[in-house]
Amino acid sequence: MSDTFSRGDVERVARLARLELSAEEKDLFARQLAGILAYAEQIQRVPTEGVEPTSHAGDAAAMRDDVVCPSLPREESLASAPEADPRAGLFKVPRVLA
Amino acid sequence: MDMPFDAHGIREAVATRRLSATDICRGVLDRIAALDPALNAFRTIAADSALARAAEIDARHDRENLPLLGVPVALKDNLCTKGISTTASSRILEGYRPPYSATVVRRLEDAGAVIIGKTNCDEFAMGSSTENSAFGPTRNPWATDRTPGGSSGGSAAAVAARMVPLALGSDTGGSIRQPAALCGVVGYKPSYGRVSRYGLLAFASSLDQIGPLATSVRDATLVMSVIAGHDPCDSTSANVPVPDFQEALTDTTDLRGVRIGVPRHLFREGVDDEVMAAYDAAIEVTRERGADIVEVVLEHSPEAIPVYYVIATAEASANLARYDGVRYGFRAEASALGEMYDRSRGKGFGLEVKRRIILGTYVLSAGYYDAYYRKAQQVRTLIRRDYDRAFASVDVIAMPTSPTSAFALGERTEDPVQMYLSDVFTVGVNLAGLPAASVPCGLTRTRLPIGLQFTGRTMDDATVLRVAGAYERATTWSKEVPPQAKNEPSRTL
Repeated sequence: MSDTFSRGDVERVARLARLELSAEEKDLFARQLAGILAYAEQIQRVPTEGVEPTSHAGDAAAMRDDVVCPSLPREESLASAPEADPRAGLFKVPRVLA
Repeated sequence: MDMPFDAHGIREAVATRRLSATDICRGVLDRIAALDPALNAFRTIAADSALARAAEIDARHDRENLPLLGVPVALKDNLCTKGISTTASSRILEGYRPPYSATVVRRLEDAGAVIIGKTNCDEFAMGSSTENSAFGPTRNPWATDRTPGGSSGGSAAAVAARMVPLALGSDTGGSIRQPAALCGVVGYKPSYGRVSRYGLLAFASSLDQIGPLATSVRDATLVMSVIAGHDPCDSTSANVPVPDFQEALTDTTDLRGVRIGVPRHLFREGVDDEVMAAYDAAIEVTRERGADIVEVVLEHSPEAIPVYYVIATAEASANLARYDGVRYGFRAEASALGEMYDRSRGKGFGLEVKRRIILGTYVLSAGYYDAYYRKAQQVRTLIRRDYDRAFASVDVIAMPTSPTSAFALGERTEDPVQMYLSDVFTVGVNLAGLPAASVPCGLTRTRLPIGLQFTGRTMDDATVLRVAGAYERATTWSKEVPPQAKNEPSRTL
């Protein structure tokens, strides 16, 4: 597996994560993530054939009845938004296509 | 009149009307005003709402049964408080006032507590020193050139400096226990599922738990009796009966019949000599009080840190997708939607959060998922099994909470891996979902606190609290108070 992490890798992953990074951040992360991944390599040495993965420490998340319950009033939910149209009951965002 | 500095003492004083909840609240606010400028433990001081709440409590007639009557509590800034700023110490949530309170906050208020304010932390609880706060680091009350640990460093420093008797923190890989150890207070991480996470700004959902920081195991247990229990709003909160934790505490130091596991193979390297000496002395105390000391092996614990950083960052990259500049928090100027997302997140998140989002996204991305994420989940299973095996022959496992005492501000910020190693003895507990307490067990030659961690079987919180309480009573370490708490005025009303 990769023991290097290039600036191109950082850019590819940053696009997936929708994260704008500065040039300095890209260089810093390429260097540091190479180090972190090299450190994480040690888990590859552990034999795990046939071992079930653990996704959760507790029991599987409980199912509940599919019943409609009260939720936050719409105007309270909109109150924290950077931009909203409370009368229409909508969040506002910049246009999708520039 | 002397103001009590512990929750039990305050409740007693308010219940007997020796002091009013308002007196207590004013006293606490005075201490915060005097002490916090040097420490930066608080992000927000909710003086007006706290005083209004204290006055309300003073006017009530049904006071007798309120377990936290008039007791001031500070909350880590990643716990939602209705109408009170909640930022998780991130620019991306600057100015955010949640429309609802976390379940733990409602339970504290129903129990008569007064919410005093919000405490500083590493941004989104990502860090081990509170230096990743977007609003400046918190300083350790024992030595202000050192970190309080993290990520709940503000909560630990606030309790250590006796600004508040109680605080809540959150613990994903040690974020309650490690700062408790480095600040010389008690920190408790409940079994996964014991306490509702509803209203906790999620970092890694399969690992996060909310828990108390206090000046004694008795006070931490009191908080647990209030906040534990099933909550329909959190599908991972366990729907099982909550034992009477306070009943489980004994008044003695008797540890006869208790089997304490010691995984000495983990201490071969990287543990400070003074920490090791304090640990050995603590184990000797438990032996003198009748405990059976049993050597145990946690074979896969050396892999716990890399497993943790793969799983926690993967979960974080998904949990933090919600901060996109649309519904709350910071939005950057942009002419189109996609650019708005990228820029808001790029400018709103700090360096460590971005580093972890990149790492987490990478280990989940096509071609790397099996090699990193799935592999880490498999080793997580092996780590759980190690604990299960050990608990077949012991009741609790004792370890140092942190391999070192408080480190200097700036000492580990350049090297992420070095910082991550602060959590070497704490992350396994989160991966396995176990309960664990950190209690003070010594001071270094330069008078920095050292912590002792007791871990128990899942959902056996009562045994952990009982053993930690008995150890605490057998020693005087919990009574040591940092110089920052002594220097300042307002100890009496």
